[in-house]
Amino acid sequence: MSARQKTDGRKLTLYAAIAGLSIAAPFIMPNFYIQLSYLWLMVLFALTWDVVGGQMGYNSFGNIVFFGLGMYVTAVTQRDLYYTINEYATVAGRVDALTPRQYLTGLSLGLGMSAVAGVLLALILGVLVLRLRGHYFAISTLGIGFAAGDIAGGIDYIGAGSGLVTPVFPSGLGERGLFYYFLFLILAVAAFLTFKWIYSTRFGLAINAIRDDEDKAEAMGINTTRYKVLAWTVAAFFLALAGGATGNLIGFIDPVDTAFAGATFGVWMILMAILGGKGTIWGPVIGAVIFQITQELFWTFLLGWQRVALGALIIAIVVFFPQGIMGFVRHNWPELLGHRIEAREEEEAA
Amino acid sequence: MDNLQILLQAPIFSVQLLIDGLMIGAIFALAAYGMALVWGVMNIIDIAQGEYVMLGGFITFSLNRVGINPFLGIPVSFAALFVIGWILYRIVINRIVERDMFVSILATFGISILLQQLMSQIFGADIQTVESGLGTTFIFDNQITISQIKMVSFVLALAIGVVLVIFMRKSRLGRAIRATAQNARAARILGIDTDRVYAVTFSLNAAICGAAGALVVMTWVVQPYMGLAYTVRSFLIITVAGFGNIATVIVSGLGLGVAEIFAGFLLGTEFQMAFIFSLLVAILVWRSIRLRRKRQVLR
Amino acid sequence: MKNGGALLSVENVSKAFGGVVANNKISVNVPEGRIIGLIGPNGSGKTTLFNSIVGYHPIDAGSISFEGTEISALRVNDIARRGLLRTFQQTRVYGKMTCVQNMQISVPNAHESFATMFTKYPDEVMDKAEHLLEFVGLYSKRRLRAGDLSFGQQKLLEFAMALMNEPKLLLLDEPTAGINPTLINGLIERLKRANADLGITLFVIEHNMRVIMNLAEHIYCLAHGELLAEGRPDDIQNDQRVINAYLGAH
Repeated sequence: MSARQKTDGRKLTLYAAIAGLSIAAPFIMPNFYIQLSYLWLMVLFALTWDVVGGQMGYNSFGNIVFFGLGMYVTAVTQRDLYYTINEYATVAGRVDALTPRQYLTGLSLGLGMSAVAGVLLALILGVLVLRLRGHYFAISTLGIGFAAGDIAGGIDYIGAGSGLVTPVFPSGLGERGLFYYFLFLILAVAAFLTFKWIYSTRFGLAINAIRDDEDKAEAMGINTTRYKVLAWTVAAFFLALAGGATGNLIGFIDPVDTAFAGATFGVWMILMAILGGKGTIWGPVIGAVIFQITQELFWTFLLGWQRVALGALIIAIVVFFPQGIMGFVRHNWPELLGHRIEAREEEEAA
Repeated sequence: MDNLQILLQAPIFSVQLLIDGLMIGAIFALAAYGMALVWGVMNIIDIAQGEYVMLGGFITFSLNRVGINPFLGIPVSFAALFVIGWILYRIVINRIVERDMFVSILATFGISILLQQLMSQIFGADIQTVESGLGTTFIFDNQITISQIKMVSFVLALAIGVVLVIFMRKSRLGRAIRATAQNARAARILGIDTDRVYAVTFSLNAAICGAAGALVVMTWVVQPYMGLAYTVRSFLIITVAGFGNIATVIVSGLGLGVAEIFAGFLLGTEFQMAFIFSLLVAILVWRSIRLRRKRQVLR
Repeated sequence: MKNGGALLSVENVSKAFGGVVANNKISVNVPEGRIIGLIGPNGSGKTTLFNSIVGYHPIDAGSISFEGTEISALRVNDIARRGLLRTFQQTRVYGKMTCVQNMQISVPNAHESFATMFTKYPDEVMDKAEHLLEFVGLYSKRRLRAGDLSFGQQKLLEFAMALMNEPKLLLLDEPTAGINPTLINGLIERLKRANADLGITLFVIEHNMRVIMNLAEHIYCLAHGELLAEGRPDDIQNDQRVINAYLGAH
């Protein structure tokens, strides 16, 4: 077997193992549906942040805005399709509020609308905000993320500060936890495959070039605006879908704590990508898994102090481990990832 | 916008809002000056800026709870935050000074989260305030009320600012700080201990915010999550005023205070924060559009 | 465009920064297929002129036309797509990408569409990239990260990337600065070959007199933001005004 075939064989086994584990997990640990779904949500967060942040160098603190938008659009669609706001107030919380068919229609349509809304918002925001560089971009997106939460908290149509309740999962569709676990799994896998594919095309190289030297990219004729906006749009697409699904998973949407959760989800997505190794395809995934596990441990053992611990974790990673796991591996075992180093090259040439 | 009607029909109310805005704006300007200091000298944007204000407020609140005069909270918070700033510098900040700005933003964001969650655990999430014991002044036939504590804090905020400017201009340390801001390597070659300068600058900023926080808890309220708003306000003021001189910072700070109070009145207080955040984005986008005509980018 | 016609025509271009006039009514002609030089002491406005030409900043007055079209109001990437490229004095490459990737992303993109954005690069691109890397002597380094190369190697990579983009006119800002003197001859050779074999017109800023006199057919000399002299290398070398400008006599 050639070296190449060996690596391919190893890769295939790895993928198969992950796939098998992912599909079996909810059956092995049936009490952990929510945590497992959250795991895939974290993967989605990390991957979507990394395309604009790690791969393209535009560190966004405001990606959460697409997530929250998607969450609200789906929930509102699900409600408005079959009820008026007042009617809904009386039936919300009842298992028979929607028939299975109504529920599925509402959910699918809602998710579809969310995706469209996310894409549109990314296009509009992108054209305005992606012209900012570096820290100005970071802080503007910070502002957008937090402003969105406050604004949503003031709009009565979507429940204002009291939030919104998503329809109860009707009977006849099987186990709710299982249903949503697989929804999140499919979303996460779809996102992973999409990004993996994109990074192998010209698009992938272009956004890396923008990250490494945007002025140079412009000087070489690359239409940087187009690439920047597109990258954000792809991220927004998946974030909006994730938002719609999460709103239904949790059952209740709070504008600041759940939807536009800038201080939690919004920061975690950055942290996970950095922890795993930003700018790589597996980095965000690894970072998300480790982060989710760490979070669960913090919550179990530290309870109220978990957020404090999380703050300390952010500092520790950013200051002491900015290259992340993939960066660490690349530095110490470069051949493992197919990289070449100087000394090797000279040996080959000799 | 019924409130707009009120303003138009009773212009005296605008004066009330104006005065309130100026009072709080002075405190904003103070915090902004500190942030500009750290940014200019160390090239670090400290997202935890607002948290230092929050801490100062809670320290004064705690002092007050054990019966100490809250005015003493101003120097105590100043000193306490100086120490906290020094500790933060030694543990975290000195490792990120020479790195790119995103690292500083993220690291200080971590500090910000840590501090706000810490205070939330200790004090709970409720808002707190401190009675200063001062009364209220009425002017214009009792139509306008100015709480005396607000006037006092306005004066104090400006006074602290003046003292700072004098310190920066005249004192040895102040000049060392300014030299380091202009060219750190040259400063080092000339014998200035830049590490010391960084530590003092960073701690000084925290201390300034601490004192501001003491003023805030007496004039308004504090709660563990108020920090980000102050950080954004400081950033906004610096964006508008630039690093140039204290006068522009003061004017911008006052202006922001007034704008915010009016916005809170016209749009509703629940949108006041959204207003600040949106204003920041709007100003930055506007700036970059104008720069694009010259084919430059905001750096 | 007839051979020998002006590919680039700069007419009375002026540019000031704040109160400082960097370029004052400069007029320059770069005919197609030629190698033209731009010299002058430090601070004479050479790089500013280059920046104006490629659209890095707007000009205050004058006109710049490329292939007969006015380009002074166009943006950097529009001008680049028309075939007007530049290399940088400090040498800019994409540090975290490999040399081959640097080459691939430098493929001409004038006809890029949404469809092409999401395709992989065809094999011909890889072949061309490797061929050009071979041309500049970087073939053995092709899989290394560009940021890990030495300064001189990065300069060669930047040159190869420019060739990859198939420009009609290439503005080179001090191509031999910082290069080991023993390698300079090799670089001059390659520049001449790029011009002769690939038909690329070159406009070169140089401080190294030996290099520019050897390379260019016509030279412009700037001093204090103004055009001081122009002519064949022999004439310029012996022009007293040029000598004075470099020696600092006012």
